[in-house]
Amino acid sequence: MAASARLGFILLLMPLLLWLTLLIIIPHVDMLMLSLRERIGVGEYQTSIANYATVLTEPLYMRTFMRTAVMSIIATLITLLIAFPVSYYIAKMVRGRARSVLFLLCLIPFWVSELVRTFGWMILLRETGVISQFLQWSGAVSGPVEMLYNDAAIMTGLVYTSMLFMVVPLVTTLDSLDDAVIEAGYDLGGSGWSVMREIVIPHAVPGIVSGCIVVFMLSLGNYLTPTMLGGKDSLWFTEMIYSQFIVRFNWELGAAFGFMLLFLSSFIIWAMLRLTGQTLERTMG
Amino acid sequence: MIPTIPTPRALTVIWTSYVALFFVYLTLPLAVVAVFAFNDSQFPSLPWKGFTLDWFFGSTAPKIGVFHERAILGAIGTSALVGACVAILSVAVGTSNAFLFNRYKFRGRGLLYVLMLLPLVVPGIVLGISILVFSSNVANVMWDTAKVDAEFLRPGLVLVVLGQFSFITTIATLVISARLQKFDTTLEEAALNLGASRLTAVRTITVPFLMPAIVGAGVVAFLMSFENFNTTLMLVGSDAPLTIAMFDRLKEGSTPLLNAVSLLLMLGSSLLALILIAFQKRS
Repeated sequence: MAASARLGFILLLMPLLLWLTLLIIIPHVDMLMLSLRERIGVGEYQTSIANYATVLTEPLYMRTFMRTAVMSIIATLITLLIAFPVSYYIAKMVRGRARSVLFLLCLIPFWVSELVRTFGWMILLRETGVISQFLQWSGAVSGPVEMLYNDAAIMTGLVYTSMLFMVVPLVTTLDSLDDAVIEAGYDLGGSGWSVMREIVIPHAVPGIVSGCIVVFMLSLGNYLTPTMLGGKDSLWFTEMIYSQFIVRFNWELGAAFGFMLLFLSSFIIWAMLRLTGQTLERTMG
Repeated sequence: MIPTIPTPRALTVIWTSYVALFFVYLTLPLAVVAVFAFNDSQFPSLPWKGFTLDWFFGSTAPKIGVFHERAILGAIGTSALVGACVAILSVAVGTSNAFLFNRYKFRGRGLLYVLMLLPLVVPGIVLGISILVFSSNVANVMWDTAKVDAEFLRPGLVLVVLGQFSFITTIATLVISARLQKFDTTLEEAALNLGASRLTAVRTITVPFLMPAIVGAGVVAFLMSFENFNTTLMLVGSDAPLTIAMFDRLKEGSTPLLNAVSLLLMLGSSLLALILIAFQKRS
């Protein structure tokens, strides 16, 4: 029996180890090694941090990097602000059938590809788009308005794309808060605002953290939305990675870019988990 | 702010209208995509030129519908093939992972669990380039040492499948684990007492119990693969899946053909989601 349990254990361990080492660990180590390689001649390389030095000293790269980070953080905060009242409404203010219908409605855009969602925003926002035409028709503006290809458009797209990943964890955690606790808060003389601040929000922290992590990650790593809604000058870091790899074939620099993006996302996620006392297992698993 | 606590009427009204507005915002982009699939014009924008089904069934240029557009149909087929492979692979490994983490306590379990979660927090494009770098290194070494041309390690469908599999497995594992945790192990012990072998007990008791989660994880994996863009973008070769093919079209300028494809995608994925919900309810 013990021998067969051991065999079972090894058989179950193998797929996990193969998957993790061959598709996650070794490729990332390989990418790190590549990023630390400098081409000094035809087919000749040496180990150096030249690629990272290039990123740090070239203002365009650095600006894009910082800009991507800041925009992603802002997008995360806006998403949280928009999603919280909606999630609270679904989890606490409606009951029964209406509630599952609202929750399902939230999930529908999630089943549609990101490309379609972004495409929808293009149809709405562009110069000949629906909103521009509507404004002209209503007399609010006299000529066509171009609302595409600017930062606000990118932000709209980012927030829209990741909204569901904020709503779902929020509804789940708010749902687990017992109504009696809120009632007790009121019985003890709390106002709506203080109950919200001292009971509801602290209880929702795990949901807020996991929602923020996913939304931040998705924004930072987004390629489609900034490229399509921001136009050629959207200056998004993933676009730079793409152009180094596919357009310029400078894999060494591209790998350095990739590693910086990975480092940034891991650092911010780590900091967020530390600040709120959460762990990855709790928020993701 | 819960039904049992009296709330000022104004607040409730504001809150409800806010939520209503939110749902308008949520559905508006999808609604315009769907509506313009039926516009009898070359461009998916106003003015409205009348209702047509040409973007689905049209067979003459310039209005060639989805069902006569070879390239798009081919891309749908490619996506379906990739999605099926990813679903099968990730459900298989996900089920195995779920059993491993649920049934065995071993040294390094915590570390492996965190490693298992990591693909969720790695940006998709980074997963894509790391796999691209690694596989081309392997292919280069194979060529240099043995003159073997490992075509499958160059950008193409095999790499696309591997790239998507690398993170969708995590999601499959989590979905299946959640259900396995609810399983009452005494049922399995009863089967063993009645003389079943360990494997038979798992096959006849545990696996049927897990089936809804396995099917669910499979559908989710398929849909995620179907709509994946970032990882696929870095690994794609000459056979482009649908998202990449549509993106290439969009860069050249959009026609209502893309709206028609999008509408079909929406219908397809909602249908799958509904089937999934019905299936989950029944069991």
